[in-house]
Amino acid sequence: MPALQFHNLTLGYDRHPAVHHLNGAVETGALVAVVGPNGAGKSTLFKGITGVLKPLSGSIERDGREARDIAYLPQVPDIDRTFPIDVYDMVAMGLWRTKGLFGGIGIKDQRIIEAAIATVGLTGFEERAIGTLSGGQMQRMLFARVLVQDARVIVLDEPFTAIDERTAADLLNLVQRWHSEKRTVIAALHNIDLVKANFPKTLLLAREPVAWGATPEVLTAENLAKARHMCEAFDERATACAVPEMA
Amino acid sequence: MRRAGNGLEAMLYQFLLEPFGEASVRHSMAAILALVLSAGPIGVFLMLRRMSLVGDAMAHAILPGVAIGFLAAGLNVFAMTLGGLVAGLLIALLAGAVSRATKLQEDASLAVFLLVSLALGVVIVTANGIDIEGLMTFLFGETAAKMSASKLLVVAGTATLSLIALALIYRPLVLGCVDPGFLRSISRSDGMAHLTFMTLLVLNLINAFHTLGTLLGVGIIIIPAAISRFWTRDISTMIVLAIASGLVSGWAGLLFAFHAKIPSGPAVTLVAGVLYAGSVLFGRIGGIVWQVFPGRHLEA
Repeated sequence: MPALQFHNLTLGYDRHPAVHHLNGAVETGALVAVVGPNGAGKSTLFKGITGVLKPLSGSIERDGREARDIAYLPQVPDIDRTFPIDVYDMVAMGLWRTKGLFGGIGIKDQRIIEAAIATVGLTGFEERAIGTLSGGQMQRMLFARVLVQDARVIVLDEPFTAIDERTAADLLNLVQRWHSEKRTVIAALHNIDLVKANFPKTLLLAREPVAWGATPEVLTAENLAKARHMCEAFDERATACAVPEMA
Repeated sequence: MRRAGNGLEAMLYQFLLEPFGEASVRHSMAAILALVLSAGPIGVFLMLRRMSLVGDAMAHAILPGVAIGFLAAGLNVFAMTLGGLVAGLLIALLAGAVSRATKLQEDASLAVFLLVSLALGVVIVTANGIDIEGLMTFLFGETAAKMSASKLLVVAGTATLSLIALALIYRPLVLGCVDPGFLRSISRSDGMAHLTFMTLLVLNLINAFHTLGTLLGVGIIIIPAAISRFWTRDISTMIVLAIASGLVSGWAGLLFAFHAKIPSGPAVTLVAGVLYAGSVLFGRIGGIVWQVFPGRHLEA
């Protein structure tokens, strides 16, 4: 049974599709990169998988899991970094599924949180406000929260964007560790070389799937050009369509 | 010397303690205590959600409801609470519905509702002609800080309810502010939390109306939160500081109102304004003085 199955899935906003008629499956334990130009629907697909966004049509099967049981690492720009909350509390939010609205955090939970913070190398930063973190530290903190969530399926939205090489290498080790633990990991990425070196499977997305399968076969120059072209072609048509609809 | 000392003591007694010999002034003080306990955190969340002006708008928007209650039953605290609650929830839901159904942003549609609603409120109040003293109390709170026991009961009851409800939605409220996408990925409570929060805002506004009048009541919700932001980067401390500065404003403001024989609304708001000005100047987080002399202080 695959961890995720998409059945003619269309996701979007205000009836405008951002992911169009996606079919396919993510095998349990797979390590999948989702690649595509900006606006290709990567984040939208992830919001669909994690239940943040309801499908416009079609469906997602999650191997009997609830959407809420899937760990989700949102893009950093989606987070209000001026909010007065510290690293520890942010990481502790990963316990939500077991703690809910009122559950207390016991000694065992504290160990889990501390261990996660140590694993990403943020020990000593527990009481720092998130607004004082660098981009790399911010991403490390979000990875710690995923660690605390301890989910079988993990979705990472641009986890390596705008961080330095050392941080990327550290976090990539974590991804490899999850893969070796037979967890299913899906990540949106822009760095093609990094994908080729580390991700066995790739979905090339440009609103519609361009190619999906073994990474070397998917990431050909031809397919990448096609993805760019499809995305642009679609944009032009979308603007043309929107005008009579508004009037 | 001793006589001078006694004179000073007597003066301090007269100024600080004697006012609270009157039951109505004690009621006012107790009401302020209850009010700031629940309104402090509400104000902090309003600020963190960048909704301080929405709070202001809501305050005007619920005026017609309170006015109808006021006209139906005079300065009857229950009628005014009920009227305000109905009007507030109606407007919050309508503004939300209009913004979802159309392309208009929620704050824009709220701004429209506030203006229409305020106009309606003024028409209702003036068309039915009320005495000037009643109007003053309605707009600015009790003159010389005198409050009835039944009003205190309503204020304290509402505040208690509000605090309990806030505790229930605290986690989704925090996470909904800082990382809304993640919250929606793990819980379906964000819609419920937002709606509950808007309801609590309306309840606290009405509470503030009772205590400090309809025109300025919102000040005790918003200003203490703004003050707290200048002193801490931690949300729990922020809430405590908002409550504390609200309490100081309320206490000093009531004394001011009592001695100057003015309504409590402007008195309390002015004191809060002074505290705010002090925080803008000397606040540890982003205060002007610390910005003007940063290097020297940090080098040590």
